Amino acid sequence: MGRKLDPTQKVKRGPGRKARKQRGAEQELLRFLPPDPEDGARKLSGHARRRAAKRRIKAARPPTGKTAKVLQESPASSTESKSFVSFLQLLPIERAAQKQKRQDLSEEDSEEEEEDEEEEEEKEAPKQEETQETDLQLNVEADEHFVLPSGQEIEKEAAQPPDLQLVHQRIKDNIEVLQNFGTKREEGRSRQEYVTLLRQDLATYYSYSDFLIGKMMELFPLSELVDFLESNEVSRPVTLRTNTLKTRRRDLAQALINRGVNLDPLGKWSKTGLVVYDSSVPIGATPEYLAGHYMLQGASSLLPVMALAPQENERILDMCCAPGGKTSYIAQLMKNTGVILANDSNAERLQSVVGNLHRLGVTNVVVSRCDGRQFPKVLGGFDRVLLDAPCSGTGVIAKDPTVKTNKDEKDILRCAHLQKELILSAIDSVNAASETGGYIVYCTCSVTVEENEWVVDYALKKRNVRLVPTGLDFGKEGFVRFKERRFHPSLKSTRRFYPHTHNLDGFFVAKLKKFSNAIPVAPQEEEPAKEPGVPAAKENSAPAATATPLPTGKKQEGLKGAKKQTAKQVNSASTATKTQPQGESREKKQKKWALAARRGSFQKRPRPPKAAQPSPRGPRAQAGPGKKRRVPRNRQ
Amino acid sequence: MRPLTEEETRALFEKLARYVGENLQLLVDRPDGAYCFRLHRDRVYYLSERILKLATSIPRENLVALGTCFGKFTKTQKFRLHVTALDYLAPYAKYKVWVKPGAEQSFLYGNHILKSGLGRITESTTQYQGVVVYSMADVPLGFGVAAKSTQECRKVDPMAIVVFHQADIGEYIRHEETLT
Repeated sequence: MGRKLDPTQKVKRGPGRKARKQRGAEQELLRFLPPDPEDGARKLSGHARRRAAKRRIKAARPPTGKTAKVLQESPASSTESKSFVSFLQLLPIERAAQKQKRQDLSEEDSEEEEEDEEEEEEKEAPKQEETQETDLQLNVEADEHFVLPSGQEIEKEAAQPPDLQLVHQRIKDNIEVLQNFGTKREEGRSRQEYVTLLRQDLATYYSYSDFLIGKMMELFPLSELVDFLESNEVSRPVTLRTNTLKTRRRDLAQALINRGVNLDPLGKWSKTGLVVYDSSVPIGATPEYLAGHYMLQGASSLLPVMALAPQENERILDMCCAPGGKTSYIAQLMKNTGVILANDSNAERLQSVVGNLHRLGVTNVVVSRCDGRQFPKVLGGFDRVLLDAPCSGTGVIAKDPTVKTNKDEKDILRCAHLQKELILSAIDSVNAASETGGYIVYCTCSVTVEENEWVVDYALKKRNVRLVPTGLDFGKEGFVRFKERRFHPSLKSTRRFYPHTHNLDGFFVAKLKKFSNAIPVAPQEEEPAKEPGVPAAKENSAPAATATPLPTGKKQEGLKGAKKQTAKQVNSASTATKTQPQGESREKKQKKWALAARRGSFQKRPRPPKAAQPSPRGPRAQAGPGKKRRVPRNRQ
Repeated sequence: MRPLTEEETRALFEKLARYVGENLQLLVDRPDGAYCFRLHRDRVYYLSERILKLATSIPRENLVALGTCFGKFTKTQKFRLHVTALDYLAPYAKYKVWVKPGAEQSFLYGNHILKSGLGRITESTTQYQGVVVYSMADVPLGFGVAAKSTQECRKVDPMAIVVFHQADIGEYIRHEETLT
């Protein structure tokens, strides 16, 4: 029959599919090696042989740094064992990703296999400065110093179709230089030039839009960036979730193995997930699938439901439910008790929701087609709400590569705006007095900060909620600070998942607890309510309203020359802002503020410097920014 | 959404009784709470009172589905069972048919069951009796109507039809848009 399910007790049966050796590699290797004095004295493993080869090369060379050499030997072996241990600790799904990565590399470039593998190991133990140094030196000797292409070269290249191999090599070299800028740089070239070139190259090589590459470069350090982009090119493994309402995972696995499906449990964190490696039958049309024994579902979409942790006999709202994977998982965790309201605004997508829920035997669901933003009006008082907000999909580029080119700043900000509206109505539909619940889980399949931390931070300010741990013990912590934005420190308890680190789709999960049903009234909303009632207040506010826009307008006029230069950079969110020093001059801040005020509501709005505000008079002075924003817009 | 009228209830129960017989009683009087049938957009839904309470507060035009869909009334006021009712028919079914693994796929594509694909059949099945179809691993696959009684089944040639196809779980893929 198939393979055993428990990966820890797997019996080795001869060389596997992936153990295939490259033909003639032995002979090739011998040519590079100095003759071995004790050849054939003992049989070495593949790894040991490679290490021995390296040792011999070093021995053949005149010694450069005595101390470095002495240090090299023992840490190298310790890294080996360390990386092996960490390999064992990985989840099966992650191990599969690593294997695949290694395989891809070997196919792509068989000559560099040795080095790559060495480098990969060293990545896991960054302590190995010395060995890396020598490795890099080897590289440098092979191909001379990386030189930035001149203007003519760039023009010439632009006329021709891009040579991808050349671009790839350039990306590699460029990153190497950037990671070691002090020593590797070319004299007289700024970091900016290198970064711009890298950005262009990445955009051509992976065919992203310039804007999105810029976003990614802001999000990831250089070492991770290429990994992330590379993992967006390979699809994630097919995963499925057992429907425990109808069957057990063990039985399902057995039934699928009998049909010729090769699968494994998803990982320690999921009791219902299975990973499918390959299958001789279409996995979405087996009789087990039709009978509702499992649901095809990305591993990442199990996480928000686990974070939600629904209890039996609760009232739960799934705001954006299509195609019903998460909804059915909630029902499964509740054992078909209680009530779930599954809502989506798209009627076409709801057909598949209804189909899936019936197929999986879920009986406690009401499916509705409302706009999520109307929610507390339609129905409220839920124990828990899951908000899987519509997003730009920058975490699932592997699934939908069109995102690479067709998303720009506007799309992302439009999503962010919708998400902010949705998260407020989600929070409002929760009953904070619920005995068991009062929780909101917010998740997106996007990696950008605008759609994740920013939205949650906004909700924290607007409603009586606080962040609680998601209950997921892996994943990266959310950003507390990003570029010039500072978020609430509790955003540490949100979780981010990336394709290159966890082999899941890019994902963000935040869990909020509502502690009071009262909606805090923002001071700026208070004021217009006051105006008709209290004439004195009106008098006071009127001059403030007329006074504030004036300086803004002046600034704008004075700015125009400067703006023409900067506007392009700011709008395309170029790296210029990234490299700007933290302590900006006050003048610059004022300019920025003026720009932001003009640009409209969606853009990030830096706080105006204190001096630019009219003198603070009690609490009403804080309403200044709100006024400022409103007045010019009316004028337009 | 509204309760069924007298005729509608009769049409529904007559149809259900063809498959589950007197077990129909168990569907209506359940020990775990009150369950009821509701009509919404010509479709009949079977749901618990608790879900009903929540669903009443949703505007009619926004309500898509609730509980389990049993089937729909045609324009001529006949009741047609959908495969979505299988979850409730299968446990209470009186007459059952098991198909061989080879014929499973054919049935899931919407074909009738031939004598050659017949694995087992309940004794004393009469002609035109409603039956629930199972795979040999006891997974319910759909339902249909017996074309031949059990006695006749023994004699007929291998290519003769023994069960007429009515609904099968393949419809979850084939007719997803018309299911509910």
